[in-house]
Amino acid sequence: MLKTLLKSVREYKKPSILCFLFIVAESVTETAIPFITASLANAINDGATISEILRFGGVLLVLAFFSLLFGVLGGVFAARAAQGFAKNLRQDMMYKIQTYNFENIDRFSSSSLVTRLTTDVSNISFSYMMIIRTAIRGPLMLIFSVVMGFYMGGMLAVTYLVTIPILAFCLILVAKKAMPAFRRVFRKYDRLNESVEENVRGMRVVKGFARQEYEKKKFHDAAYDIQKEFTYAERLVSLNTPVMQLSMNINSVAILFLGAKFVIEGRGLNMNIGQVSAMLTYGIQILMSLMMLSMVYVIITISLESGNRVCEVLNEVPGLKMKEDPVKEVPNGSVDFTGVSFKYSEKAKRYALQDIDVHIRSGMTVGILGDTGAGKTTLIQLIPRLYDVTEGEVKVGGINVKDYDIRSLRDSVSVVLQKNELFSGTIKDNLRWGNEDATDEEIREACKLAQADEFINTFPEGYDTMIEQGGTNVSGGQKQRLCIARALLKKPKILILDDSTSAVDTKTDAKIRAGFKSFIPETTKIIIAQRIASVRDADLIIMMHNGTISHMGTDRELMESCQTYRELYEEQMSGTEEFGTASVIQEVPVNG
Amino acid sequence: MDKKVKAKGTGKVFKRIMKELFSAYPVMFPLVIVLIVLSSIGAAIPDIFIQKVLSIITDWYATGDWAGAREHMVPTILLLIGLYALSLLCVFAYTQLMAVITQGFLSKMRQKMFNGMQDLPLGFFDRKKTGDIMSYYTNDIDTLRQLVSQALVSMLRAGLVLLVVLFMMLYYSVWVTLVVLLGVVAMTIVSKKMGGGSAKHFIASQIAMGRLEGYAQEMMNGQKVIKVFNHEEEVKKGFDSLNEDYCENMTKAHTFANILPPIIGNIGNILYVIVAVVGGALLIYKAPSLSISGMTFSISIAVTFLNMTKQFTGNVNQFSQQINAVIMGIAGSARVFELMDKEPETDEGTITLVNAVVSDDGTIREVEEHTGTWAWKSQDKGEVSYALLRGDVRINDLDFSYSPEKPALHNVSLYAKPGQKVAFVGATGAGKTTITNLINRFYEVEDGKIFYDGIDINRIKKNDLRRSMGLVLQETNLFTGTILDNIRYGNLQASDEECINAAKLSGADDFITRLPDGYDTQLNNNGSNLSQGQRQLIAIARAAVADPPVMILDEATSSIDTHTEAVVQRGMDKLMEGRTVFVIAHRLSTVKNAKAIMVLDHGVIIERGDHESLLAEKGMYYQLYTGAFELE
Repeated sequence: MLKTLLKSVREYKKPSILCFLFIVAESVTETAIPFITASLANAINDGATISEILRFGGVLLVLAFFSLLFGVLGGVFAARAAQGFAKNLRQDMMYKIQTYNFENIDRFSSSSLVTRLTTDVSNISFSYMMIIRTAIRGPLMLIFSVVMGFYMGGMLAVTYLVTIPILAFCLILVAKKAMPAFRRVFRKYDRLNESVEENVRGMRVVKGFARQEYEKKKFHDAAYDIQKEFTYAERLVSLNTPVMQLSMNINSVAILFLGAKFVIEGRGLNMNIGQVSAMLTYGIQILMSLMMLSMVYVIITISLESGNRVCEVLNEVPGLKMKEDPVKEVPNGSVDFTGVSFKYSEKAKRYALQDIDVHIRSGMTVGILGDTGAGKTTLIQLIPRLYDVTEGEVKVGGINVKDYDIRSLRDSVSVVLQKNELFSGTIKDNLRWGNEDATDEEIREACKLAQADEFINTFPEGYDTMIEQGGTNVSGGQKQRLCIARALLKKPKILILDDSTSAVDTKTDAKIRAGFKSFIPETTKIIIAQRIASVRDADLIIMMHNGTISHMGTDRELMESCQTYRELYEEQMSGTEEFGTASVIQEVPVNG
Repeated sequence: MDKKVKAKGTGKVFKRIMKELFSAYPVMFPLVIVLIVLSSIGAAIPDIFIQKVLSIITDWYATGDWAGAREHMVPTILLLIGLYALSLLCVFAYTQLMAVITQGFLSKMRQKMFNGMQDLPLGFFDRKKTGDIMSYYTNDIDTLRQLVSQALVSMLRAGLVLLVVLFMMLYYSVWVTLVVLLGVVAMTIVSKKMGGGSAKHFIASQIAMGRLEGYAQEMMNGQKVIKVFNHEEEVKKGFDSLNEDYCENMTKAHTFANILPPIIGNIGNILYVIVAVVGGALLIYKAPSLSISGMTFSISIAVTFLNMTKQFTGNVNQFSQQINAVIMGIAGSARVFELMDKEPETDEGTITLVNAVVSDDGTIREVEEHTGTWAWKSQDKGEVSYALLRGDVRINDLDFSYSPEKPALHNVSLYAKPGQKVAFVGATGAGKTTITNLINRFYEVEDGKIFYDGIDINRIKKNDLRRSMGLVLQETNLFTGTILDNIRYGNLQASDEECINAAKLSGADDFITRLPDGYDTQLNNNGSNLSQGQRQLIAIARAAVADPPVMILDEATSSIDTHTEAVVQRGMDKLMEGRTVFVIAHRLSTVKNAKAIMVLDHGVIIERGDHESLLAEKGMYYQLYTGAFELE
């Protein structure tokens, strides 16, 4: 894990190392300072002259200056290193995610990816800073102080050897006990916040059923549960302060008493007062550094889990391998499925597609019908190689999709996904996803073809209208038509609509199809639909059921051969020809 | 946000936090303060004893008589131990109590926010993004936690120690104390500048983080679209600039925070030198001493003074390190209080809804248990009267707008007799949902009246009004819990059997029983493990188990396959049977058998009638029906 994470340090290695060096230097000067202050105190004690005091003071000032310099520089580089590391880590994750194929994307929920990018990375960067600052400083201070203690106090320093293990033992005990408690609490805390989110999203249901009191009770129970656990964990950690103080106190008393004994018995020859007070200072420094270490220990353990979660993202292997020397040009819009079977994961028992053989000539219009789970979406996702087949092969323009450069393939195969998204930005920005260099003229043409131009022009800002996040300020039908226009702008050889006109009324739907026929005749069009009217005039209609093709043919052929098709026809087209069950459809924004 | 916070005043917010703490723990919190005061004094006083011990050493070391010195020393050391023990006890007690108080207080604040939020008008939720509301519960509460659990105690303690040490310094020597105070002034200026700078950048980086998070969220949701459009590079570019911006702010914030301690610490070292020099000068030149104790400045006092200077610096350092947390905590608390202070929905209604039994002679009796019959209970000057809930709704001359410049409804009048079905048809933004929002008082009527069984709905308690109507929304929201829990949401008293019956009625039973865990299937994340159609079926069952005489239905438009759609349709039809129904219709079958169809356009009813008469009229409805007119 560490190896994966540390790869992201990169250009921040230098500040990291500099920070390390400055912190070491700071620690050295900081431990030297009590040595000087002790001498100074001694000198005063011995009735030193002003010039003597000034000499010690001068040395001290120089030391203080360096300590300040090193401390400040260490702090500056620590901030730069830790935040830079975090930045790189986030960037690496984002870049990695961009290499994911659909299979990888399915594995992570979008909100979990966002948490990993934000909270988890912050945890890691915080503990990185702690490591380069404190984790070095702590042990260094500890060692320096012990050494100095022995140097100055001789036998007196043995007291440290008694208090250090006691304190260390207690701190580790507390940390060990508190860690699992904290981890439990944080998980519960996340769940509590999730339930708040659920409540906010479902507020209309809450109020509609007058369930406010019920929700309050539910929240109270959850909040109380967390309070109990959190209090337990925090009380454990709170033991650190008195334990720390106890050790300091024992240390002070011991040093005072024994120090007095040594000084007086030795008549101040082996040891003097200044040494005793320096020993007191070192004692405090030692215990402080232990405290620091225990804090670092806790922070690192908390961030371990974050580290694991980040590594999961970074170590995910993108499923698609690109061929070396791939084909960059898609010659035409023909599609051939030969003996194709597919399942979403190796472990899955059920095949999502089985024994598919379909041959589509360039320029054909193909309709696909079938109930939920029949495999319609799965089938078309194999064409731009959003997933790889499990068995058999898919050819586009007569060449196996695996032999193409993936960008070239996807530029030529335009899919309007069922679960489609618009992004925040103007309508024009959104459409330019299809072709960055599209002129206003080209954009308008695509929109006319998708029957979107008309409604866009009714907006006061026209093509510069801002789309809100998730496209919530346009209706469902409008959104679908914008998505179609966006796909058209790619000028694809194959255009695939995955149930992309479900919220568009039948009349507009028909207009879109008529436009396709006359304006992009050479493009292969594959249309998945619920409405039979949307596919009736296709050159080929594929009926799917349970991952297989049950029937194939034109409208006329299927009316004769396929009972399901006939039933569907009768169900939807009874009465008036053009007006199916869904002819009065439009989407209403929540507060419409 | 910042401006508002500043205008409100940091002091006011701080006072409010204290008030909340006191009222939450009227005994414990003052006790903690007393304990902290005692422990701080306990932390400062030992220096006196240490000084005493040191002076004993000074007096005796020339003699080498340890036994003699020990006699003098032991009482002092015992006193010191006693003092340590007392202070330790205080520290132990207040840290433990503080852990309890912090968590209890946070829990109380969370609940206050949540409870207050339940009573806010819907407009609040329409205006705010979910992410914004969530940050009250995550970021702002977190800053509050840091403020209460760490910053407050540390500052109080450090401040008290400073005071005591200052007093002791004065006790020994006024002159040298003045020197120390000079250092304090320098430290204060530095910490104010650094701490303020740090907090400023921390707040800026929180805003930058919000932007980064929003961007990531949007891109993660649209990741598949990004792939399909080969748009990876642009996404990276967009992310990089936000990432860079955040990193810059965080680096600045942390830089300020990191360099503050060494600066304060070394100002302390310099101060130490100055104190030593001044002290030495005082000793050598035998300057007239000035002190509370009247003691003359001696060598042992000089040494003690040096120690106290160290302690002083240490505490200033501790104090200054909390400035950040305090500034951020105050900003966070201001937002928390802002949410708690939001005006709740007004509810001046007094008429309530009760379960009722009608006896043979027609008198209505109130009962506890669910009977399937309800009555409106009104109390007028102590006189209780009941009227049967029948489901007669009349709307007279309704006007409404969400914002002044955009009227949403104008002069809408209609009625539904008990058991009748009214369908609303029209384009997006025509006002269909608005009408239903006014009927169950999600929003308040501006002008005009709505009567429910002859009662002005403003006189009915909001929750009772809403309980009398079932609700199926266009967008299905389910809650974490089992499927059974979710159905029972409609009627908390319903038995398992009643819930299952409701599921059967709505057509949900079929798919539920086929799930491995059946009705006990756990739903998470708004039921993401179910299909759209299945979630709708559960929402219908949820409304069915409430079984009220009035229903408000907003038909979903999302595409579900024909089979499921037929099942949902049947469920809806069952639900509508024998009830007064307001339905926002998207399906012809629903519209066709409605008693009255209201065609809305820009907030005005432009056509009304039943299916046949509207078709004959050859107006807007006819055009909609034949698909000749495009909605939207």
